[in-house]
Amino acid sequence: MTDLTCLTIAEIGEGLAVKDFSALELTDAYLAAIEGGNGALNAYVAVTPEKAREMAKASDTRITKGEAGLLEGVPLGIKDLFCTEGVHSQAGSHILDGFKPTYESTVTANLWADGAVMLGKLNMDEFAMGSSNETSHYGPVVSPWRARGSNMALVPGGSSGGSAAAVAARLCAGATATDTGGSIRQPAAFTGTVGIKPTYGRCSRWGIVAFASSLDQAGPIARTVKDAAILMKSMASIDPKDSTSADMEVPDYPAVVGQSVKGMKIGIPKEYRVEGMPEEIEALWHKGAEWYRDAGAEIVEVSLPHTKYALPAYYIVAPAEASSNLARYDGVRYGLRVDGEDIIDMYEKTRAAGFGREVKRRVMIGTYVLSAGYYDAYYLRAQKVRTLIKRDFEEVFEAGVDAILTPATPSAAFGVADEDMAADPVKMYLNDVFTVTVNMAGLPGIAVPAGLDEKGLPLGLQLIGRPFDEAGLFKAAQIIEDAAGSFAPDRWW
Amino acid sequence: MSVDSSTVKRVAHLARIKVTDEEAEALRGELNAILGFVEQLNEVDVTGVEPMTSVTAMRLKARSDEVTDGGKAAAILTNAPVSEDGYFLVPKVVE
Repeated sequence: MTDLTCLTIAEIGEGLAVKDFSALELTDAYLAAIEGGNGALNAYVAVTPEKAREMAKASDTRITKGEAGLLEGVPLGIKDLFCTEGVHSQAGSHILDGFKPTYESTVTANLWADGAVMLGKLNMDEFAMGSSNETSHYGPVVSPWRARGSNMALVPGGSSGGSAAAVAARLCAGATATDTGGSIRQPAAFTGTVGIKPTYGRCSRWGIVAFASSLDQAGPIARTVKDAAILMKSMASIDPKDSTSADMEVPDYPAVVGQSVKGMKIGIPKEYRVEGMPEEIEALWHKGAEWYRDAGAEIVEVSLPHTKYALPAYYIVAPAEASSNLARYDGVRYGLRVDGEDIIDMYEKTRAAGFGREVKRRVMIGTYVLSAGYYDAYYLRAQKVRTLIKRDFEEVFEAGVDAILTPATPSAAFGVADEDMAADPVKMYLNDVFTVTVNMAGLPGIAVPAGLDEKGLPLGLQLIGRPFDEAGLFKAAQIIEDAAGSFAPDRWW
Repeated sequence: MSVDSSTVKRVAHLARIKVTDEEAEALRGELNAILGFVEQLNEVDVTGVEPMTSVTAMRLKARSDEVTDGGKAAAILTNAPVSEDGYFLVPKVVE
């Protein structure tokens, strides 16, 4: 029998329907892959084999009865940021030690309702703050990718590093992830996987540990565009429990994959050519434009003049919201508690012991920019700049552009414990320079693998769409996948 | 703008995070690097620009004011580090 972990989600559906294998066999194949690979990759922080087998058996029963759902029997990994009832949900943080929610996030509940199987919880940067998965309390995730002829450990990107690494290494068929400034798309680009951040409001945020509430969105990481479309269809919903959830029916995303892009207008923003970007990425970007031209789309140069201000504005808005959201970790209601002389001392000791360095840094920046006397100079100004960033996009879309093509990241994956990155927090932040604009404007963005660099490491392109036009992005992304093919790391783990 | 060590300590206290003198010194450098980076926003002309309050064009939803959930005291206390008789326990705050 072929290795079941090599099947795409689309192929799993077909195989289960004709009884080539059972959901239980498929889940067992993934549990074996995790058992064999997680020691080296550290992608999972908790594996739930009993629950997985129980869910797979229930899937087999439904298949026999002819009641199979959209994701029947599909084994998924869940980012540790999603609350899963009775299961480890600690957001990669020490401060949530032992936290097991008594409820289920809306996104994961949607997946289970469609028949998906949970394999376990995936590693991530602490509270989704990071671009390398090195800020996790559970240690870094190691990418399944290595440069040709090298044994050096590389990062899978972050914050959804566990999700991206597990999908690339075939330790799950697909994964949930979240994206506040690039946390789905940057790790997808680093690992040769497909990752989409939908429009703000498309996925419910209920039951997802909050980082920056005006920017956070859930989305899938998968091996193909079609698989991402299938997962997206299940994850998205209208949810009365999230007041920012959009009241719009969820389209049939998988149905558009493979449709023609003839007549589509693809914009190339000149401001995305940044200093120090490797020539290979520039070349790949040109190649991407060529692929669209060949497919019958029209390529137009566009301008997004406020692009360079998105990252600095983000580093005011996101920490400000985080400082407020993370105020709830006080040693009283859940997680870690360190005793003190009085209640203030208990709060301060608990948060000092429970938060890692990056989280402390961001909570403090957020507290500072919101503090008396600085609010107007920092936060208010950043929110005004955010209006301008969004207006840039609106003008481009009003001019008839359907999607914008950019590089996904300014470089390929870097090494674990990279000294330059460790020495300068801003350097790490620059990883998100092409993705963060999308969050600031609330738009959908998808990262698609487009090639390998000279060292054999994956590079991705990003497509940015009109609000709620995820379908248009899936359609367009398939063109890149058709032209570039799929990429999988050679197994060394 | 840049911050000194005493500002770092004041902000840490506002954020309820205990920092040692050494940590405050390290944080001072890091925070100043970030504040230096965001300084470039001052180049942008924001005259007459409304600050963003909602990223998508939506009206905040309202529902009828009725009880939809509740009666879950035990579930809410499940994850508390210390609880007693249906309450969260904290150090004494009134003498």
